[in-house]
Amino acid sequence: MYGFLIGVGVLLLLSIIWMVYRIQTLVSVVKGSDKKVASGSNKVNAILFVLFLVGSGILMFWYSIKEFDNYQLPIASEHGMVTDKLFWITMAVTGVVFLITHVLLFIFPYKYQYSEKRKASFYPDNNKLEIIWTIVPGIVLAGLVISGWMAWSDITAPAPEKAHVVEIMGYQFAWEVRYPGTDNVLGDYDYRLITASNSHGVDFTDKNSIDDFPSPKVVIPKGEPVLFKIRARDVLHSVFAPHMRLKMDAVPGMPTRFWFVPTKTTAEMRIELNDPEFEYEIACTEICGRGHFSMKKVIEVVEPEAYQKWLSEQKSFIQMNPSLAEGLPAETKELAEIQLKK
Amino acid sequence: MASATVANHDTAAHDHHDHEHHDNFVTKYIFTQDHKMIGKQFLITGMFWAIIGGFLSILFRLQLGFPDMDMSFLRPILGGWIDDTGALDPTFYLALVTMHGTIMVFFVLTAGLSGTFSNYLIPLQIGARDMASGFMNMLSYWFFFLSGVIMFISLFIKTGPAGGGWVVYPPLSALEQAIPGSGLGMTLWLVAMTFFIASSLLGGINYITTVINLRTKGMSFSRLPLTIWAFFLTAVIGLLSFPVLFAAALLLVFDRSFGTSFYLSDIYIGGEALPNTGGSPVLYQHLFWFLGHPEVYIVLLPALGITSEVIATNSRKPIFGYKAMIISMLGITILSFIVWAHHMFVSGMNPFLGSIFMFLTLIIAVPSAVKVFNYLTTLWRGNLIFTPGMLFSIGLVSFFISGGLTGIFLGNSAIDIQLHDTYFVVAHFHLVMGSASFFGLMAGVYHWFPKMFGRMMDARLGYVHFWLTFVGVYLVFFPMHYIGIAGFPRRYYSWTNFEFANMYTDLNMFVSVAAIITFAAQFIFIFNFFYSMYRGRKATLNPWRSNTLEWTTPLYPGHGNWPGEIPTVYRWPYDYSKPGAEEDFIPQTVPLSATPESNLPHEQEMVKLELEIMKEDEEVLVANESKH
Repeated sequence: MYGFLIGVGVLLLLSIIWMVYRIQTLVSVVKGSDKKVASGSNKVNAILFVLFLVGSGILMFWYSIKEFDNYQLPIASEHGMVTDKLFWITMAVTGVVFLITHVLLFIFPYKYQYSEKRKASFYPDNNKLEIIWTIVPGIVLAGLVISGWMAWSDITAPAPEKAHVVEIMGYQFAWEVRYPGTDNVLGDYDYRLITASNSHGVDFTDKNSIDDFPSPKVVIPKGEPVLFKIRARDVLHSVFAPHMRLKMDAVPGMPTRFWFVPTKTTAEMRIELNDPEFEYEIACTEICGRGHFSMKKVIEVVEPEAYQKWLSEQKSFIQMNPSLAEGLPAETKELAEIQLKK
Repeated sequence: MASATVANHDTAAHDHHDHEHHDNFVTKYIFTQDHKMIGKQFLITGMFWAIIGGFLSILFRLQLGFPDMDMSFLRPILGGWIDDTGALDPTFYLALVTMHGTIMVFFVLTAGLSGTFSNYLIPLQIGARDMASGFMNMLSYWFFFLSGVIMFISLFIKTGPAGGGWVVYPPLSALEQAIPGSGLGMTLWLVAMTFFIASSLLGGINYITTVINLRTKGMSFSRLPLTIWAFFLTAVIGLLSFPVLFAAALLLVFDRSFGTSFYLSDIYIGGEALPNTGGSPVLYQHLFWFLGHPEVYIVLLPALGITSEVIATNSRKPIFGYKAMIISMLGITILSFIVWAHHMFVSGMNPFLGSIFMFLTLIIAVPSAVKVFNYLTTLWRGNLIFTPGMLFSIGLVSFFISGGLTGIFLGNSAIDIQLHDTYFVVAHFHLVMGSASFFGLMAGVYHWFPKMFGRMMDARLGYVHFWLTFVGVYLVFFPMHYIGIAGFPRRYYSWTNFEFANMYTDLNMFVSVAAIITFAAQFIFIFNFFYSMYRGRKATLNPWRSNTLEWTTPLYPGHGNWPGEIPTVYRWPYDYSKPGAEEDFIPQTVPLSATPESNLPHEQEMVKLELEIMKEDEEVLVANESKH
C-alpha cells in the first residue's frame, strides 16, 4: 500500500515539475528571451560562481582546521618527520596556487559576464607572460623535486649494518613474521619447501636458519634502525604502516626492503593519544583478493632493553617443532641439536 | 600543384556525394560509414556505459557509506552476491571497483569522449567530406561495440567479472585460485580489451590520416582549432601506447593459459607450489603503465581541446596563447610517455628509477600549469556567456586545477610513500582525470548538440544539471583527500579491522549520499538529451556565433557535409571581438580581403597573396568544369 502511495506521490511530483518546465519554456518563447544572446540566467550563473567560491571556501577551511588532529596521524619514525614536512610544504605551495587560481576562475565569470554594451578585448597572446608562467612554476617545482629527491635518496639508501632485520611475508590473507635470531642473518628460503609446518619455506639446511624464529607480531626497538625484508608467497601485497610512513610492495619472486628508525614506543604513543588500546598496525595496500581489507599485523615498538629481553625469550622454529631438524645434513643437524638443548 | 589535387579531390567527393541518397535504415543508422553517425553511435554507447559504470559505483558507495545496511533489496539484480544476512560479497565488491574503473576509463572516457568528438568534429572542423577511411571508421565502432558486449556479458557470469582492480596486476589476475574473478571473468576482460584496442587503433589511424591529408584549402596546421590539435595528439598517443597494453595483455594470456612465466615466479597458492619461476610481476606493471599513464592524457586532452574551443567562443575572445596551448599539448604528449613509473614508486623497483621518474613527472606539471593560466587569461576581460557548455568548461578548469595540484604530492616519491594507494590517490585522479574529462564530454555534448541533431538542448535544465553535478562532484571527491591523508587504503571492503582507519564513518556516509545525488542528477541530462533530440527548439545555423567550419554546414548535413564545394579557410578560428569588426566574430571562411576594417597590420600584407590564390583557384575551377 505504502509503495503504491509513494509511487503516486512521485508521479505527481514529476508531472508538476514537467508542467512548470513546459510553462517556463513557453513563457520564454513568448517573451522572446530565447532570441537574446544572454538571458537573465546569465547573471544568476555568474552570481552562483561567486557563491560557490565563498561557500566552498568557508566549508574547506572550517573542516580542514576542525578535523586536523583526526586526519593528521601522529608520526612514529625518523623519515616520517621528513616526508610529512615535505607534504606540508607542498600543501602550502599548492594551497596558495589553488586559492589564487580559484578566486580568479570564479570572480572572472562575475566580473566579465555578458553585456551588450561591452566588447571583449582582443588579446590573443603575450609571449612575455607565457615565458613567466612557464619559468616560475618550473623553478618552484624544481625546488620541490630536489627536496623530495634528497629525502627519497636517504630513505631508500642501504640500511645501516647494525639494523635489526625482520622478515615480513604476505600471503592471502595475513602476514607472517620471521626474525633472524642471534646471528641477525635470515636463513635461505625456497617456496617449494613450504609445508603446513614450514609456512615460510625456510631452508633448514642453511646454517643461518637454525636460530630463526617466528613471531605473532612485529616487535622492534625504539631509536634503532630496523630493516623490513619483505616478500610475498602468492600474489602482490603491500606492507603499509601508516604511523611509520612506511609502504613497500611485497612481490612474489622479488624480495623488497624498507628500513626506518621508530621514534616512539607503543607505550609512549598510548600516553600521547590518551588511548590505552592503541597499537601500531600494518595493513595491505595492494589489492590481493577477497580478504584484502583484513590483513592486519600489530607492530610493537619497545625500549631497546626490553627488545633485547624479548629477543632472548623467543623460541626458534626448530625448538618449537623439532621434527623440522630431521633429515638435515650432519653439520647443521649438530647446530640444531645445540639449539634444542638450550 | 597542391591546390589542383585538393580541387580534384573535392569534385570527386562531390560527385560521389550526389549518388549517396539511397541509404536504407541499416546503412544509415547501423553499418554507417558517415563519420557523423559513427560519432553519435559512440556517444550513445558511451552514455549507456556511463550509466552502468556510475551505477556500479553507487553499489560500492552504499557498502562504504552504510556498511551495516541490509542490501537484500538489491537481490533481484545482484542475486547470490548478496549473502543471507543481506551483506554484499567482498569478492564482488572488488569486481565492482574493477569494472567501474575499466568501464569509466576505457568505454566512457576513451571511446565515449575521444570516439564521439574525434569522429564528429574532425571532418567538420577541418573541412573534409568524411574520414580518410569510412570503412575502417565503421569497423572501429563495431569492434568497440563487440568489446562492450563481451564486457557486459562478463558482468553476469557465475564467477563474476574480473576483480583484480582495473590495472589487473598479475599474479592476482593470472591465478584463478587467487580470486574467482580471475577465471572466466578475466578471460572475457582480456578478450574485450583486445577488441577495444583494435577499435582504438583503427580510429586513431583514421584521425591522424584525416587531419594530415584531408584539411580543406587554407586550413594549415596553424589555423586548426585547438579541438583538432587535441584529437590529433590524442590519436598519436593512443597509436603509440595501446599496442603496449596489447603486448602486456598477450603475455598475461600466455601466463594464464599456456604455462609461461613472464609475470609469475615463486608462487605457493592453494596448498601447492606452482612450477613458474623467473617471471616478474613488476614487468607487467611497467608495460601496463606505459599505456596506463598516456591513457590519462588520452582521456584528458580531448576534454581540454573541447574546453579551449567552448571557452573561447563563449568568452567572445580569442583563446589566449594559441601557440603556447599547442606547444604545451605537444609537451604533454611527449612527456606522457616518460613518466609511467611514478605509479610504481613503492612497487619494489630500483629506487634510482624512482628518482628519475620523479624529475620527469614534475616537469609535466609545467605545461599543465601553462594551460590553466591561459584559460584564466582567456576569461579575463571577456564577455562571458554562460551556456551549459561554458559552465561545464569552467567546471573542468576547476577540477583540472584541484586534481592537478594533488598530482604534485603524488609525483614526489618521498611523499608518495605514505599516500600511494590511499584515498588521496582516488580523490586525485577522479578529479583531474575522471571528472575533468567527464565535464569536457558534457561541455562538448551541450555545445555541439545543435549541430548533431539540429535542435537545441534546454539551457535551464542544463544549468540545473551543471550545478548539481559540479557541487556534487566536489562533495564526493574533496572529502576523500582527508580520508586519504588519514591513510585509508583503496579498494577496501570495510575499514573497521584497523584502529587507524576506524573513523570517518560519517564522512564516508556523506560521500555516499553526495554520490547518489550526483548520479541521480545525470538523469536530468539524459532526459534533456533525448527529449531535445525530438522536441527541442529548432537550432539556428550558428547558435553560438562561432567561427569554426562545422557551423557553415546545413542544419542537417548529409553524408559529405557540405552540399556544394567545401569552403576555403582564410584565417585562424579565434577572431572573436576583433577591433574594428562589426560583429564580435569572424568565421574562418571570411577572407581577409573582405575585412579590411579589422585586419591587423601583418594580415593586411597577406591580403594581396590571398587575392592571387583566389584568382588561381577560380581558373582551376573553371578548367575543371569545362572538362565535364
